[in-house]
Amino acid sequence: MTPVALTPHSPYTLGTLQSGPACCVPQPILEIKNLTVRYGDSTALDGVSLDIYKGCITALIGPSGCGKTSFLSSLNRLADLIPAAKISGDVRFNGESIYAPGVDVRRLRTQIGMVFQKANPFPLSIRRNLEMPLKEHGVRHSHELKARVENALQDVGLWDEVKDRLDTPALQLSGGQQQRLCIARALVLKPSVLLMDEPCSALDPISSGVVEDLILRLRGTYTVVIVTHNLAQAKRIANYAAFFWMKERVGKLIEFGQSQQLFEAPVDSLTAAYVSGSRG
Amino acid sequence: MQPDSSVSCAPGLMAAPSVAGSTLLTAQVHAKLSERLFVAAVWLAAALVAASFLWIVADIAFHGFAKLSWSFLTEAPRSSGRKGGISTILVSTLLILAVTVAVAVPLGVGVAVWLSEFSRRSSRTARVINIALDVLAGIPSIVFGLFGNAFFCVFLGLGFSIVSGGLTLACMALPILIRATESGLSAVPHDWRQGAAALGLSKAAALWHVLLPAAAPAITAGLLLGIGRAVAETAALVFTSGYVDRMPESLMDSGRSLAVHIYDLSMNVSGGDQAAYASALVLIGLLIVINAVAIQLSNRFMKSRIQPA
Repeated sequence: MTPVALTPHSPYTLGTLQSGPACCVPQPILEIKNLTVRYGDSTALDGVSLDIYKGCITALIGPSGCGKTSFLSSLNRLADLIPAAKISGDVRFNGESIYAPGVDVRRLRTQIGMVFQKANPFPLSIRRNLEMPLKEHGVRHSHELKARVENALQDVGLWDEVKDRLDTPALQLSGGQQQRLCIARALVLKPSVLLMDEPCSALDPISSGVVEDLILRLRGTYTVVIVTHNLAQAKRIANYAAFFWMKERVGKLIEFGQSQQLFEAPVDSLTAAYVSGSRG
Repeated sequence: MQPDSSVSCAPGLMAAPSVAGSTLLTAQVHAKLSERLFVAAVWLAAALVAASFLWIVADIAFHGFAKLSWSFLTEAPRSSGRKGGISTILVSTLLILAVTVAVAVPLGVGVAVWLSEFSRRSSRTARVINIALDVLAGIPSIVFGLFGNAFFCVFLGLGFSIVSGGLTLACMALPILIRATESGLSAVPHDWRQGAAALGLSKAAALWHVLLPAAAPAITAGLLLGIGRAVAETAALVFTSGYVDRMPESLMDSGRSLAVHIYDLSMNVSGGDQAAYASALVLIGLLIVINAVAIQLSNRFMKSRIQPA
């Protein structure tokens, strides 16, 4: 995929596209051990173990309902919001368990950001969407606020599009712009990991391409875990891929490995059938 | 309506056009007639409500306008309200309302926030509170009055006072306010809660910056309904804030509200009718002013945080 400039001459603080040198030496930033997610009596995800490598893009693929989103939202403990959710196993972030007692969940979520399928900018102005989380996390100085807001918007290629209307409602932006604003809102807190739950599925192909391009730009600087139903997209952007499948109504990790290997020479026959399009 | 197509589509009707065709026609006439009757009934209902409202306002304005003047608003009542004005009554009314709002808003919004954000709908406490609210909303005001008298005036020793009256009215306004706020909060998209949590925001921050401003119109509507109920109240106040028509010197003084004043003038004071009408006119005006101010305030609160799309 050739790099597509969002708008000509826009300065990106993340630099131009890079083809994943950071991923040459796999260094786990998240280690998931035997993760099981239950909602009441039903098991959404059973016994998943895998490593997420620093600076890489890891794509989670598989049919709907096989536990990909449950997996994603147990990495930043967002699953805590669901009262019936029960999580066992362990997730280690930089070597420390995020489910240990006394973990500061709010701090964890600033380090592991999340972007959702449906863009959900707050009904505030564009500026306040980014400033409010910063202020809540203790950033007070107005020039620091200003600089970080601008940087985040530059990073997602939104700055030139919105710099003259920062105080207009974020909900007036187009769908693709809203999604990029949500990515900027996650990036403004300087996380090291970004979880993305089908960030392009509600967007038109052009906006989707812009967001995809942006995700590629994040590689190296951020660790990205992305759920996607778009196999071509996963193939294009991912360094690693994990394939989930439902077995007896329980989500399972079937195969995990380098993206190229998983798509071109899958070990498991289910994976082979899914990525070739003959199943799922 | 396309009568031809329905006939030509049904072969049975072609075979016996004279009989079936005519019944079809009468059915259509019936349908048309009942449709017209229905529309007329709906219009009539709307017109009746509008007319009765206008009639009440016009009647009050007609009888009361002559008496209404600046001095009527600024003078203390004399001769049981036959003469003089309603200045002391206005002050008492506003003080009682202030106590009501000051108590009901934080308490009501707090309970609503707890119900919608912190409790599980199926939990025992939430169920008990919900049932209590439904029952409270249906309790006649005279019962609130007796409760207020027994609890605030006697048990808490507040006596016949503006505080007792305001607290009693707060009890009456609370269920309405809580229900409105709760439904306003639950109408806020869940995406925003998720988004706020994923940014590591505290629940308080999410509520203050996003959820409450988004629910502000609903909260205001509930508050206005509650205030409307409170300001129109007589039965609950007679037993709690009393009906002394002097200027209150503190919140612990007894004070007569406008509605109590109107009741007293029209039922107990011969020759007080015109003053009663004028007071009623003032009461209606007061309600309109309160509505306008509350809507302004909530818009400003919303705009200071939220930008409508």
